[in-house]
Amino acid sequence: MTPLLQVNGLTKRYGARIGCADVSFDLCPGEVMGIVGESGSGKSTLLNCLAGHLEADSGAVVFNTRADGPRDVRLMAEPERRMLARTDWAFVHQNPRDGLRMGVSAGGNVGERLMAVGARHYGGIRGQALDWLDRVEIAADRIDDRPTAFSGGMQQRLQIARNLVTGPRLVFMDEPTGGLDVSVQARLLDLLRGLVREMGLSAVIVTHDLAVVRLLAHRLMVMKSGHVVEAGLTDQVLDDPQHGYTQLLVSSVLQA
Amino acid sequence: MSDYNFAYLDEQTKRMIRRAILKALAVPGYQVPFASREMPMPYGWGTGGVQVSAACLVPEDRLKVIDQGADDTTNAVSIRRFFERTAGVATTGRTAEATLIQTRHRIPEEPLTRDQILVYQVPIPEPLRFLEPRETETRKMHSLEEYGLVHVKLYEDIARHGQIATSYAYPVKVEGRYVMDPSPIPKFDNPKLESAAVQLFGAGREQRIYALPPHCKVVSLDFEDHPFEATKADHACDLCGSGTSYLDEVIVDDAGGRMFVCSDTDYCEGRRDAGHRGRLAAINQEDAA
Repeated sequence: MTPLLQVNGLTKRYGARIGCADVSFDLCPGEVMGIVGESGSGKSTLLNCLAGHLEADSGAVVFNTRADGPRDVRLMAEPERRMLARTDWAFVHQNPRDGLRMGVSAGGNVGERLMAVGARHYGGIRGQALDWLDRVEIAADRIDDRPTAFSGGMQQRLQIARNLVTGPRLVFMDEPTGGLDVSVQARLLDLLRGLVREMGLSAVIVTHDLAVVRLLAHRLMVMKSGHVVEAGLTDQVLDDPQHGYTQLLVSSVLQA
Repeated sequence: MSDYNFAYLDEQTKRMIRRAILKALAVPGYQVPFASREMPMPYGWGTGGVQVSAACLVPEDRLKVIDQGADDTTNAVSIRRFFERTAGVATTGRTAEATLIQTRHRIPEEPLTRDQILVYQVPIPEPLRFLEPRETETRKMHSLEEYGLVHVKLYEDIARHGQIATSYAYPVKVEGRYVMDPSPIPKFDNPKLESAAVQLFGAGREQRIYALPPHCKVVSLDFEDHPFEATKADHACDLCGSGTSYLDEVIVDDAGGRMFVCSDTDYCEGRRDAGHRGRLAAINQEDAA
């Protein structure tokens, strides 16, 4: 099977400092990759380089496009890359305020990507928005409310709906459960797991919460100081950590 | 004649503005940056339009200035006097006689001809301004033709008001490429943007010029199930009886009395001279007598 995403020797430097160095991995369709590590370990830098928000210094990010097969995203022209970013890709920000338009109603937020790819039928757009609000468990009568009137958990679910409405194949998530209380986190994870299974999504999830990766991710990469120190199946890495840092990370989690 | 150079601006400045205008005409709907000058009037009073007019005027021109359709409001009168003084050109109130028309917020009712230039005063040239505050981003959106956001605005209108409630500065797509703000003209005037005349848009504070060459294709954006409508007040003009012109609503007393009159004063006068009478025209004449 052709991997959906192939990353080869991706490096990003901030001057003399390393953002992330020489990261390589393959992501197959339907696979969820978790990236864990402490603050400042380069997780978010890596994710932003993958999603094209940051310009990497070297390396290749090869995405298996629908039309032309595997293409290096870094060599694509900007219009193509932006088109990809709003059709086949999705990016879920940690803070829903970064990913939502706070001055636009929930329906408009979900419909934006549809309109960006050319939907021009109001009834159709609204129908799809309602369908997606239902799938992320937001009541239909909230469709004309602005996200400012939503709770944090609802905002995050709205952001997910807004990203998934165009049926992307690859989702980047930057700590999707950060800043939510544990019961809301659990519901969100449940929802995410359901959607990933149902839609056959591939995902790259950055988090520092090991419980999240245990629930969602098939494979895991552990990062420290910009380098990947350990990678493997999630259970394998978490249950039998080899690298000293991974051992520290796993043992730091309080067992409830 | 005065001590000013013809039409106030110096020749090098006019040359610079003309170059921007030519570029704007070559790429319809594209906002061309230009080095806007300080004009002897406050921003928001038509500094952009005045500079474009100054660059286009020749001594043989006959100038007409409209403010909200009227020839006799403060803005129109002061700009007309400005060019009478600094350029010494003839002025007129008649749309058909004018060769250059500077306008604020209206397009004349009478169809324009190929021998005329229409200059708009534009407060905010960027149609995406209130949707995306970053200038770098709006430029990128224009260059990559990413206009989905304009429809988000229209979607919000329908979701909130049941119809597209944007009634002025209604976004249009020019020649299938650039989305353009037609300046705050009522959307009733949008169909008239496809015209035989050259149309130039000048924004002084924002330092942008854009243009529509004659017979340019201009499409008002809409949804398939909520098509664009050029709306006006559902009345006939109370002075000239016209049922097809854009109307102003005027409150006439404290008891809720109101009348509707053509916003284009020249058009209304022309019709009255030709013998057309509206509902209140006779009463007004008695008042005058």
